[in-house]
Amino acid sequence: MPKTLKPHHPGVTLRPEGRQPSVVRNDPVRMNSQADATVQSAPAPQRLAVDVRNVSLTFQTADGAVDALSNVSLQVAEGEFVSFIGPSGCGKTTMLRLIADLQQPTSGTLLVNGVSAGQARLERRYGYVFQAPALFPWRTIEKNLKLPLEIMGFSDSEQKQRAARYLALVNLTGFERKFPWQLSGGMQQRVSIARALSFDPALLLMDEPFGALDEIVRDHLNEQLLQLWDKTGKTVLFVTHSIPEAVFLSSKIVVMSPRPGRIIDVIDCNFPRDRTLEIRETPEFLKIAQRVRVGLRAGHSYDE
Amino acid sequence: MLRQHPLVERYAPIVTIVLALIAIWYIAAVLMNLSLVRGGFEREEAPYTTSELIAGTMSAERPLLPAPHQVIAVFVDSVFGYAPTAPRSLVYHSMVTLSATLLGFLLGALLGIGLALMIVHSRVLEKSLLPWIICSQMVPILALAPIFIVVLGAIGLQGLLPKSIISAYLCFFPITIGMVKGFTAPDPMQLDLMRTWSASPRQVLSKLRWPSAVPYLFASLKVAITISLIGAIVAELPTGAEAGIGARLLAGSYYGQTIQIWAALLASAILASGLIGLVGLTERMVGSRMGARP
Repeated sequence: MPKTLKPHHPGVTLRPEGRQPSVVRNDPVRMNSQADATVQSAPAPQRLAVDVRNVSLTFQTADGAVDALSNVSLQVAEGEFVSFIGPSGCGKTTMLRLIADLQQPTSGTLLVNGVSAGQARLERRYGYVFQAPALFPWRTIEKNLKLPLEIMGFSDSEQKQRAARYLALVNLTGFERKFPWQLSGGMQQRVSIARALSFDPALLLMDEPFGALDEIVRDHLNEQLLQLWDKTGKTVLFVTHSIPEAVFLSSKIVVMSPRPGRIIDVIDCNFPRDRTLEIRETPEFLKIAQRVRVGLRAGHSYDE
Repeated sequence: MLRQHPLVERYAPIVTIVLALIAIWYIAAVLMNLSLVRGGFEREEAPYTTSELIAGTMSAERPLLPAPHQVIAVFVDSVFGYAPTAPRSLVYHSMVTLSATLLGFLLGALLGIGLALMIVHSRVLEKSLLPWIICSQMVPILALAPIFIVVLGAIGLQGLLPKSIISAYLCFFPITIGMVKGFTAPDPMQLDLMRTWSASPRQVLSKLRWPSAVPYLFASLKVAITISLIGAIVAELPTGAEAGIGARLLAGSYYGQTIQIWAALLASAILASGLIGLVGLTERMVGSRMGARP
């Protein structure tokens, strides 16, 4: 593993000027007042990155209908880092797939950046990171990074420049000509994150990106991801089933429960943006972790 | 130690097998030709010894099973003994068959890949085409070949093309089956990724499905190229072709020239392994460009 991400790479200026990411509460009525309180420089109206209202998804299976999601509502403001946590089958991945328009809800409305999820997908408004790196094994690392850019019709010079920039961002400069199998699992997942960022979407959807990695690599990547979020001001929706990971990374934690898949708690989590792994020992951290754990336990129907 | 020498280690098993096969061949030649040779001696009422008898089985003019050295002698003679364009040269006949094989292989590959593309992109086509494709391979080609030649001859097609079409008819099948598998090989996650980038179907094909199918393509090409060689030879058999390995086999069997048949078989075996080697070489070259693990 290479060293940690350089905190301020000279070639990286990703934060759009004039936008101030801020943390807002779930409640849309209180949201505005909260936004007014935190945004000092640019008093632009707080825009919602994701707006989910009364969304349900029912699968028809051989054993009858299964409620993957039941009447879920959630608002995410721009610049937030939202984690979804819950036992398997609670619909957290489904939630992400609905927002990405990889699946369609049975009922309810779902807006991404103010437009429908399908429209947002066509406009390439989000980058998606899957559980596995899903790199194309016949492409070199550089060419893997260029793949979305090729598809979106970026010019050759732009492709080259962006590939170099985002490889540097995830600290993989020098690996351009390697093939995926020549990289470790953690490095591959970093490539897939760089690939999702390469076309500079405002929204990043991450489905348990570090689930298959060991604890040490995971901690390391968590820190890198946090720095990245702080640096780029992107909105991140992050699925996990690790409580410490959720508490460490998020500005908001959404606790979900299965059968039917639903949201049972939304926990705000406002640690300073330049936090380090050490905060995991603080009482505040443990308190929030405890609240998440209580929520999870309440939702666990098999504990009865 | 001799045993640990890398060359010995590598080639000893191969050489052992080849020597064993040649030994078995010689024994079989003796056993199969024994009564023939004995009959010959008895007709001439000449006294003979066992060693004369065994020597006779390996030098008969029209043996049931020629001995390896006889086959090789005729093979060498008909490859190097004549100008490559002479009708008695095996090189000439091999080239005739090779050109039909390559054209048939090309046609078959295009047809096979085209059918696979249609099957992958439309469920209706999959349901309607696949049964016919499978049926096409159930009809013995030996029965179909003369019909093909007659029908194609009636519309003015003669020579190379009818043979190639028969060869293509045989060899498209493994390519279709292999490429259907290959085009559907991409991981669901990779397909989802393409969707998140809202890639067009054409981009999904060129950037994901095609590269994913390459290993399947080469596996099926290896099968297909030998089949297309067999197709070209079979196409020469029922049509009274004047040139080609098939014509050579046919002529050999008309006149009881078993050694000539075996020499022609040897030529087709060398041709087939050369063709497979060529496909394998291409596969390795493409593989190294596509990041295959060494």
